[in-house]
Amino acid sequence: MAGHLIELDSVHKWFGSLHVLSDVNLAVDRGEVVVVIGPSGSGKSTLCRVINRLEPIDAGTIRFDGRVLPAEGRALAKLRSEVGMVFQSFNLFAHLTIVDNVTLGPIKVRRESRAEARERAMRLLDRVGIADQADKLPAQLSGGQQQRAAIARALAMQPKAMLFDEPTSALDPEMVGEVLEVMTGLAADGMTMIVVTHEMGFARHAAHRVIFMADGELVEQAPPAEFFGNPRSARARDFLSKVLH
Amino acid sequence: MDVLVENREVFVSGFWVTFQICVLSATGALILGTLVAAMRISPVAPLRWVGTAYVTVFRNLPLTIVFFMTGAAFAELGAPNADLLKIPGLSSVFTRLGIELPYFRFAIVALGVYTAAFVAEAIRSGVNAVPAGQAEAARSLGLTFTQNLRYVVLPQAGKAAVVPLGSVIIAMIKNSALAGAFGVTGELFSNGSALTSAGGYPIVPVFIGISLGFLVMTVPLGLMLDRLEKRRAAGR
Repeated sequence: MAGHLIELDSVHKWFGSLHVLSDVNLAVDRGEVVVVIGPSGSGKSTLCRVINRLEPIDAGTIRFDGRVLPAEGRALAKLRSEVGMVFQSFNLFAHLTIVDNVTLGPIKVRRESRAEARERAMRLLDRVGIADQADKLPAQLSGGQQQRAAIARALAMQPKAMLFDEPTSALDPEMVGEVLEVMTGLAADGMTMIVVTHEMGFARHAAHRVIFMADGELVEQAPPAEFFGNPRSARARDFLSKVLH
Repeated sequence: MDVLVENREVFVSGFWVTFQICVLSATGALILGTLVAAMRISPVAPLRWVGTAYVTVFRNLPLTIVFFMTGAAFAELGAPNADLLKIPGLSSVFTRLGIELPYFRFAIVALGVYTAAFVAEAIRSGVNAVPAGQAEAARSLGLTFTQNLRYVVLPQAGKAAVVPLGSVIIAMIKNSALAGAFGVTGELFSNGSALTSAGGYPIVPVFIGISLGFLVMTVPLGLMLDRLEKRRAAGR
């Protein structure tokens, strides 16, 4: 089992009486790109958020890099620093410039020197194509630029895995491509990624495995060609018939 | 109105004492209030209880009770003169802090702990105005609770809390008039009252003088807040 980077074992979560995660079992290998799709309310965002314990679970175990997720405290903060997270609404720190957004974690969490953190931040911003926006505030950037900055911020912690919670769902259509392009590049570089998305194109060409969720259950998983070509469950077929035209 | 000119000294020295009370209590209230607010939103349940209990007690008791209790509390704690507040460097600037009689120090503590409850609530309302995603993003980077507050949440909460905080401090300045009733001699209100009772001066002009003294502190503070508020609106 040592090979898996992320392991969920019989995970359950309730929001009140709503069973948002129902007996979820999932193992993600190092370097694997897993795309999670499914209708809204199926629990896919929650699945993403329980992995760095932004949402605590009610039953089951989650292991990251061989260790069970710690409860609140310094150990949890350390684990989170090793898992990058990208949110639907970007969540860039509104009062900090783009480059300060990217360096905050390395400086405060990793105790890196300002110069070192800044140098890597500029390299990352260059990689996501917004180095020229480094000294602006988030509100001065387009949605696509903000999301690319948020990816750079997560990468600055040199994480072992990246979680993407619907990273393109809040973007204007013309900006979706630039964000997916950055994500595709990351996947090609061997980053371990869990991506919750409605972008079927990305799932097809960048994922190693597609997971289909419905009603809090992990209904079906398969390589993309197999999943899109020949979905086994009725629910997946129904879903695909609605999203693929 | 001659009374104001004739007794200029009395008003000015009273103003100076009141000013000292206000600066010291406000500083204490802002520091203590921030700590209490941090406790109220902390992930550690016992800290939350302490924070909530603090606000419940001090926001709901009349200030006069707090004044009474402060002297009693110091006596109970074995420091009837509150000597630990004779902070060397500070007492050379705020001369009243270092004097023998303890009432000035009691007044600072009473006003400070009372106002801190309101400061805490103003800051908490500011924190609530910061979108939840900001703290979530900070947590996902591995920032601890205190780092999250210090570098992400409070700098943004401050903007939303500035106006309610200003109102809290203005209320505190006016509340400081109560200190004279609890043994602090020579503050603005008690100096003015002495002019009417012992000096036999008419009440109305004397009270106008006292009011002017308070307005000198509260009106500029209010104007400053308006400007901050406008700048904040422009920054959005």
